[in-house]
Amino acid sequence: MTHELRMVGALMRRGLNEILRVPGGAVPGVLAPTIFMLGLSAVFGRAAQLPGFDATDFRTFIVPVGMLQGAGFTGAATGVNLARDIEQGWFDRMLLAPAPRPVLLAGVVGSACLRSLLPATFLLAVAFALGVDWPGLLELALAAVLVMGLAAAMACWGVVIALRFRTQQAAPLMQMGSFVAVLFTTAYAPRELLSDWLRAIADVNPVTHVLEGVRQGFVGDVTWADTWPALVSVTGLVVVLGALAVRGMRRQGY
Amino acid sequence: MKAAVLGLARRALRNSARKPQFLAPLVIFPTLFLALNVGGLERTTELPGFPRVDGFLDFQLAAAITQSLLLGGVAAGIAVALDIEGGFFDRLIASPIPRVAIVLGSVLAAGVIAVVQVAYFLVLGLAFGAEIKGGVVGVLAVLAIGVVAGTGFGALGVMIALRARNASTVQGIFPIVFVVLFVSSAFFPENLLSSPVDSLAAYNPLSYIAEGMRQPIAFANEAGPFLEGLAAAAGMTAVAIALSVMALRGRLRDA
Repeated sequence: MTHELRMVGALMRRGLNEILRVPGGAVPGVLAPTIFMLGLSAVFGRAAQLPGFDATDFRTFIVPVGMLQGAGFTGAATGVNLARDIEQGWFDRMLLAPAPRPVLLAGVVGSACLRSLLPATFLLAVAFALGVDWPGLLELALAAVLVMGLAAAMACWGVVIALRFRTQQAAPLMQMGSFVAVLFTTAYAPRELLSDWLRAIADVNPVTHVLEGVRQGFVGDVTWADTWPALVSVTGLVVVLGALAVRGMRRQGY
Repeated sequence: MKAAVLGLARRALRNSARKPQFLAPLVIFPTLFLALNVGGLERTTELPGFPRVDGFLDFQLAAAITQSLLLGGVAAGIAVALDIEGGFFDRLIASPIPRVAIVLGSVLAAGVIAVVQVAYFLVLGLAFGAEIKGGVVGVLAVLAIGVVAGTGFGALGVMIALRARNASTVQGIFPIVFVVLFVSSAFFPENLLSSPVDSLAAYNPLSYIAEGMRQPIAFANEAGPFLEGLAAAAGMTAVAIALSVMALRGRLRDA
C-alpha cells in the first residue's frame, strides 16, 4: 500500500511539473476562466437587473462558474497530456511499471485535482481585487473540495477519450465535454430565467448541483440542502467516469 | 502569381477538409456559445434600452458568426505554423513562385472557409426560428462583410504564425480571441455594456463588423451599418495582409 501511495505521489509530482516545464501550455488554462469571468460580467452584467435574478452583482454570480470552468480545462488538459504521452511512447513504459492500473490512474487524476486549484486561486484573487465579497473560509473550503472533485471527474473523462483515440487531436472532444457539462447548467442565470430547453438540460445535468454547491457561499448562505446534492453529484461523476477510465486503462497493453 | 495563389489556396482547403478535427471547432464552439447565450440570457431582451428584436437568437447570430470567423483566423495560423514546423514552408521559399503568394494563398483559403461559416450560421439560425429581416439582399450583405472579415482574420492568423513559427503558440492566442470579442458590442448592445467596455467597444472594429451583419439579420437593410461594417472589415483586412507580408519578409531575412 505504501509503495502504491508513493507511486501515486510520483505521478502527481510529474503532472504538477508540467506547469513549470511547459508553462505555455498551462497559462491559457489558468487565464481563460478569469478572462471569461471578466468578459461575461462586463458584457452581460445588466442581466442581474432582471426580476428574479437572485444576485445583485452578475460578477459574483459568475465567479463559481469560472472556478468550475478552470476544473474543466484542467481535466481536459490532463487528457491531452496523457494523449501526448501515448503518442510519444512514455505511456507504454508506464504500463510496464509494477503497479495496478487504478494506481496509475489515481496519479494522473490526483495531479489534475491539485492543478485545478491554480486557475481557481488566480480567478478568486482577481475577483476579490475587483470587489467580489469574501464568502468565508468554510465556504471557500467547500468550493475547493467541489472544484477538485469536478477536476477529477473531468480528468477521468479526458483519460477515457485519450485512451480511446490515442492522439492529441482528440483534444476538442475532451474540452467540449467539460464545456457542455459546466455551462449547460444554471451558469448564466437562475433556473427560473432559463429558456425551457436549457432548464430541462440543467435539471438533469449533475454539474448543476455542483455549481449551486459552489455558488451558495457567494450568493447567500451555505445550507446542507444545497451541499449534499453537490457532494453526491460530484462523487457520482467521479465514480462513473472513474470506472470508465479504469476499464480503459485495464484494456491497455493486452 | 495568380496560379500560385490559387494553387496554394486549393492546397490549404484540401488540408482543411482532410483534417476536420481542426475545422470542427470553428463552428462547434460558437454554436455551443450561441445556444448557451440564447438559452441562458433570452430574457435580457426585456431590459430597458435593449433594441426591439423578435428574439435573442436574431441578435446573437452575428456574434456567433464573428466568433467563428475569429477562430477561423486561429485555424489559418495553425495551418501555416504546421507547414513551418513540418518543413513545407522552407520548400515553398525555395520554389520559383512569388513569395507574396505564400501569404495570399492561405488568406484566400480563409476567405473561402468564411463563406461556409457564414452560410452555416445563417442556416442554423433559420432552422431554429430566426428570421433574416433583410431577405436575400440581407443575406448577401452578411456574406460580404463576413467573407472580407474572415479573410482579414485569416491574414492576422498567418501573420502570428510567421512571427511565432510554432503551432502551440498560435493555439495559445485562443483566449485572446475572446478578449477582443468581449470588448466589443458583438454580444450585447453597446449602451448596455458595463464601463469601461462600453467605451472600448466604440473603437473596436469587431463592434462594427458584428453590427454590420446584425443589422440585416435582426432589423432591416440599412446602408449606414452595412458600410461601416464593410469598411471596418476591409480596413482590418488591408492592415492584416500588409502585416503578414511584412512578417513574411522578416522571416525570409532570418532564413
